[in-house]
Amino acid sequence: MRRMMPMWERAAWALTLSLLPLLVATPALARTEIQFWHAMGGQLGETVNELVKQFNDSQTQFEVKAVRKGSYPETLNAAIAAYRQKNPPHIVQVFDVGTQTMLLSGAILSVHDLMKQQEIAVAWGDFIKPVTGYYSKDGQLYSMPFNSSSPILYYNKDMFKKAGLDPEKPPATWKNVGAAAKKVLAAGAAKCGFTTSWPSWTMLENTFPWHDQPFATNENGYKGLDTKLLVNGEFGVKHIGQLAAWQKENVYSYGGRMGQPDPKFINGDCAMLIQSSAVIGNFSRTLKFAWGTGTLPHYGAPYKKLNTIVGGATLWVMKGQKAADYAGVARFMKFISEPHQQMWWHVTTGYVPITQTAIKNLEAGYHFKKQPDQWTALAQLSGKPTANSQGIRLGNFVQIREAIEAEMENIFAGKKTAKQGLDDAVAKGNDILKEFAAANKP
Amino acid sequence: MTRAVFKNRWLPYLLVAPQLAVTVAFFFWPAFESLRLSFFKTSPFGDRSYFVGLENFEKLLVSPEYYASIVNSFIFAFGVTGLGVGAGLFVAALATQKIRGLVAYRTAVLWPYGIAPPIAGIIFLFVFHPSYGVLPYWLSFVTAYEFNWLLKGWVAMALVIIATAWTHVGYNIAFFLAGLLAIPASVLEAASVDGAGPVRRFAFVIFPLLSPITFYLVVVNLIFSFFGSFGVIHAVTQGGPGNATEIMVFKVYKDGFVGLNLGASAAQSVILMAIVIGLTALQFRFVEKKVTYS
Repeated sequence: MRRMMPMWERAAWALTLSLLPLLVATPALARTEIQFWHAMGGQLGETVNELVKQFNDSQTQFEVKAVRKGSYPETLNAAIAAYRQKNPPHIVQVFDVGTQTMLLSGAILSVHDLMKQQEIAVAWGDFIKPVTGYYSKDGQLYSMPFNSSSPILYYNKDMFKKAGLDPEKPPATWKNVGAAAKKVLAAGAAKCGFTTSWPSWTMLENTFPWHDQPFATNENGYKGLDTKLLVNGEFGVKHIGQLAAWQKENVYSYGGRMGQPDPKFINGDCAMLIQSSAVIGNFSRTLKFAWGTGTLPHYGAPYKKLNTIVGGATLWVMKGQKAADYAGVARFMKFISEPHQQMWWHVTTGYVPITQTAIKNLEAGYHFKKQPDQWTALAQLSGKPTANSQGIRLGNFVQIREAIEAEMENIFAGKKTAKQGLDDAVAKGNDILKEFAAANKP
Repeated sequence: MTRAVFKNRWLPYLLVAPQLAVTVAFFFWPAFESLRLSFFKTSPFGDRSYFVGLENFEKLLVSPEYYASIVNSFIFAFGVTGLGVGAGLFVAALATQKIRGLVAYRTAVLWPYGIAPPIAGIIFLFVFHPSYGVLPYWLSFVTAYEFNWLLKGWVAMALVIIATAWTHVGYNIAFFLAGLLAIPASVLEAASVDGAGPVRRFAFVIFPLLSPITFYLVVVNLIFSFFGSFGVIHAVTQGGPGNATEIMVFKVYKDGFVGLNLGASAAQSVILMAIVIGLTALQFRFVEKKVTYS
């Protein structure tokens, strides 16, 4: 005898069968997925996710999936490994020092060519010059600028007041930095005058262009692969020697590589910190004392004041995807470079807006009057760069930076003089450059 | 030693096959690839590859940083082994006493072994880092000495040796404990009756009986500290300050994955493998003679 289906079971079947069409219909609604690999963690990572969500909500054809792969070197390695397995992401965020590696890789599609292929008009001239200078080759932009920053001076206003210094006047010259530090130490307001995060990036890679000094031959590596470093010249020895002398008096206190020295400033051990403008957003939320910013210190005459170079990262487009996907990649790139997104990204993160239009809009809204600290980095990036300040393009730059920082540590520990340490750094760096040239013969 | 006898001809091979597959896939194949890569110069994305023969090895053998990393590795390995085996034996000897809460103490001393090396590194960072560590903060109230291992190389080396030995001492304690508990009480009693005090009992009865375990632990600790110590160094010092804690296995990582120079990195791993195989062979040849197996 067959069982009679009870009412609830009939209702359940009816519901299930009525939902079946959705399974069939879903493919038609499915968006093309664009893989975007990045290295932004913490609050920055959330902001990236928010930006991606804005793009996904603005259209229905594509869906960008943002995946954090770890630190900058880890993200680059993940992209390389994926590329070797013939399964690269569409977009990968690579830091400034990976530029030469990406340019010579044969694995990327330049943003310029991408936009031409997809027939999307982009106002290339609208990007600020230090940015196009760093990431262009033969006048064409290769990667899309995303998060650009520059090193600036942060200082503790409360400590300045205690030491009898004007809390609204950050020291702009190295002489004044030394004097301010000594006054702060004398007043017992701090244990050390200043410290620097990312030592090579702030004290060499940016200080040289800031003073119109060449960092390497071949116009900082732009003109060829047989490049040699020049940091052990007179200017380099003078500056690092000054830091080493100050280290002995606690005017300068070496705090480690990358962002490791930050706690010295945050905890009130040091009165000043030289760090990327990208931490403004974080500092605004976390610092418990009054603080301000100033431009990267300069020696003044006889050195010209040019511009600092952009740090941070850009977005690269990888080859090897389905042709139809590139339309979505191009739309995303165009989206993030539009003034509205640029302004939002800048205000939320502290990274500099990279188009003139965005900057003008922000100025019109008195943004920089309300947040003068946000203008500090931009003030260092305006103007037209020379061959010494358009950027630095070296192969295996990551290794070179490590070699330089290892020698800086030897110098600050008193194991070598500034000249010895810098000579050794240059010797090692030149070796690394030769290795790169040998493995990347065009 | 009894031998296992299998009725089925194929069963033993079948049972060993999975382990063999893992060993081939994760040890032999990568080792062979490293050997092959060490003869090439490769671009990071792999699109260009040039055969260069022994050039990668030649460059290493004239590089002062490479010799420095070899010296650092030996200092590190013998430091970790000495400290780990020595402390392991001492703690194990203490843990054989009949005291209350012995099980709790034994569990506590074995715990650090379960911590992943990078985590141990982070713990040590939070305790010892000059900028945000707890210990330098407390020390600053007591002394003016600046415990800044970011600038003093030997302090950094001591720190990573202690951190690595700390994670690995549980392993040594477990083995020594087993060895100590296996010594028949009658032997020790006989020694006491003959008038041997605790020190002589230890030196002439306990230590020789422990020698197979000690030999095994020394070999394993040395191999571990040449290869497995990467996690702590990466988390704590990243080879700094100024290459003071850059051991060979860390240099392999740095040159290969950060510097993207795969040829040099592969050459270094080949040399590292040869050194450790040589060291182990030497130990078996010369030290094993002194070991008394029962």
